[in-house]
Amino acid sequence: MRTARTHFPSAVAMHGALLLYMLIALFPIFVILINSFKKRKSIFREPLALPNSDSFSLIGYKTVMEQGDFFLYFQNSMIVTVVSLFFILLFGAMAAYALSEYRFRGNLLMGLYLALGIMIPIRIGTVAILEMMVATGLVNTLWALILVYIAQGLPLAVFILSEFMRQVSDDLKNAGRMDGLSEYQIFFRLVLPLVRPAMATVAVFNMIPIWNDLWFPLILAPGEEVKTLTLGSQVFIGQYVTNWNAVLSALSMAVIPVLILYVIFSRQLIRGITSGAVK
Amino acid sequence: MTALSLKGLNKSFGKVQVLKDINLDVDDGEFVVFVGPSGCGKSTLLRVIAGLEEASSGDVLIGAENVNATPPSKRGIAMVFQSYALYPHLNVRNNMTLALKQEKQTKAVIEQRVAKATQMLDLQDYLERFPSELSGGQRQRVAIGRAIVREPKLFLFDEPLSNLDAALRMNTRVEIANLHRALDASMIYVTHDQTEAMTLADKIVVLNEGRVEQVGSPMQLYNNPSNRFVAGFIGAPSMNFLPADLIHKGDTRTLGIRPEDLFLSDDGVLSATALHVEALGADTNIIAQLGEHQITIRLFGQHSVADGESLKIGFTDEKSFYFDSNGSRVH
Ligand SMILES: Nc1ncnc2c1ncn2[C@@H]1O[C@H](COP(=O)(O)OP(=O)(O)OP(=O)(O)O)[C@@H](O)[C@H]1O
Ligand SMILES: [Mg+2]
Repeated sequence: MRTARTHFPSAVAMHGALLLYMLIALFPIFVILINSFKKRKSIFREPLALPNSDSFSLIGYKTVMEQGDFFLYFQNSMIVTVVSLFFILLFGAMAAYALSEYRFRGNLLMGLYLALGIMIPIRIGTVAILEMMVATGLVNTLWALILVYIAQGLPLAVFILSEFMRQVSDDLKNAGRMDGLSEYQIFFRLVLPLVRPAMATVAVFNMIPIWNDLWFPLILAPGEEVKTLTLGSQVFIGQYVTNWNAVLSALSMAVIPVLILYVIFSRQLIRGITSGAVK
Repeated sequence: MTALSLKGLNKSFGKVQVLKDINLDVDDGEFVVFVGPSGCGKSTLLRVIAGLEEASSGDVLIGAENVNATPPSKRGIAMVFQSYALYPHLNVRNNMTLALKQEKQTKAVIEQRVAKATQMLDLQDYLERFPSELSGGQRQRVAIGRAIVREPKLFLFDEPLSNLDAALRMNTRVEIANLHRALDASMIYVTHDQTEAMTLADKIVVLNEGRVEQVGSPMQLYNNPSNRFVAGFIGAPSMNFLPADLIHKGDTRTLGIRPEDLFLSDDGVLSATALHVEALGADTNIIAQLGEHQITIRLFGQHSVADGESLKIGFTDEKSFYFDSNGSRVH
């Protein structure tokens, strides 16, 4: 039998294409990584060469560790990203469930209103946000960033999750009601596990922009204590001189947590796809 | 004693009235089947009984207690859904025990009830499997098992066999009948398959457009339908309807004769042309054209009738029904 799986040439072509794509995607990261271990001169002389005994140097990492408060920045970024994601997923899922499950007056309008934010970039409101943060005394706190990122992430989260939640069958929720689950238990114990792949998608979509954001940290939380990693790394990029060793090292280290989070979420994604959980 | 009574139930979705003044009693241990065409409100009625949907007006009484305000899980009923509705992320054991854990039953009780149900349904080997790893028939049994472990006074089945193939459907039908005997609980069973209704029911409730058309034992409905809808719905192939005018000139009534009550005979009063012959082995169905009407004749045994052959068809008076223009039975 000639099925797609046993059809040798097409399997080779498919894997070839995927491998090629992987190489293209990984190449910039690879270049950053190898150059972060090189002396400044070798970075510019041979950017694509692997570090050897001549060019090897940890000077970049040393600078990053010594100058600025790298671990504090790192911790700030981590807190902001994780807490924002947690609330985006929690509130997004709850709003999506209410919109998809309950019939009430204004349901459609409410859904449209919540989705409006997808089309309007939150940065338009920067001045107003800054004024609000000043008024509430939240400037230079991590909460300022967390609140903004939650607002930024919710529209897409509500939109994607409510689509998925509509697919969870009514019979299943009714079976839960017959079995004595409360509405909250139905949400947390039946619906959430079933839309886990969608939750992972939302998490991945939101995580990277939050982690990489420079705009809001610069405006709302530039203080030394609350700097995020992206903002903290900017000290190495000067108007006249840029400390490339330090920049590359900082970037290399900044990739790691995102990578870890991504692996966690993507496993959920794959599991969801292969088990056809939403049914 | 009555296990369930419905008093003047109405249910509307917006302007559409789906259930219209339903009154019904179900006795203890009785097997009641709701039949009716698609969209007539069977599932809605079941959901109202279960408490998943609120009636617009009227009362639901379970064991003489008004349960209008009682949540589904406290009504002492269990439901088997058409789509099975097994929790996909829980294995068979956890699917069956969820309700018991919610009821805060002790471990020993849970163990014992699961053991009893799995033994009844032959599910011992599948307890650790997930629903996606089961066949359709096995999922069906798990869904029934999940209802059994709760030991309800009343079971509700919503078209439980409609997703199974013909052979499995027959087996499961027998299994459900056995289960009813073993459990001695009342059961309400929804179907639009009238074979299931005839074979399982103590009492059939025929629904049409949200109204109860007739309630009675299978044979009462077959022998003595109270209107044209019930006459046409019960029995397969369904009853032939002809203007009585064909027999007695000037008669405005409609004549109904079941296909199995027609026979071929040289002095038959109806003449028709055979259009199509279905030879089933044990019996033969002839679809024939009679003027502008099509009729079905069911003959027992094997008969060789050619397409296009002229037929003389007879029937007896005691095996014929008459309906007036509103569809009510008049003779
Ligand atoms: N949530 C709802 N909102 C509006 N109308 C509904 C709703 N649920 C059911 N209906 C309507 O009520 C009527 C009865 O539906 P119901 O599901 O009870 O039919 P049924 O007899 O179970 O049909 P089937 O044999 O196809 O399952 C249908 O006309 C349907 O469109
Ligand atoms: Mg139905």
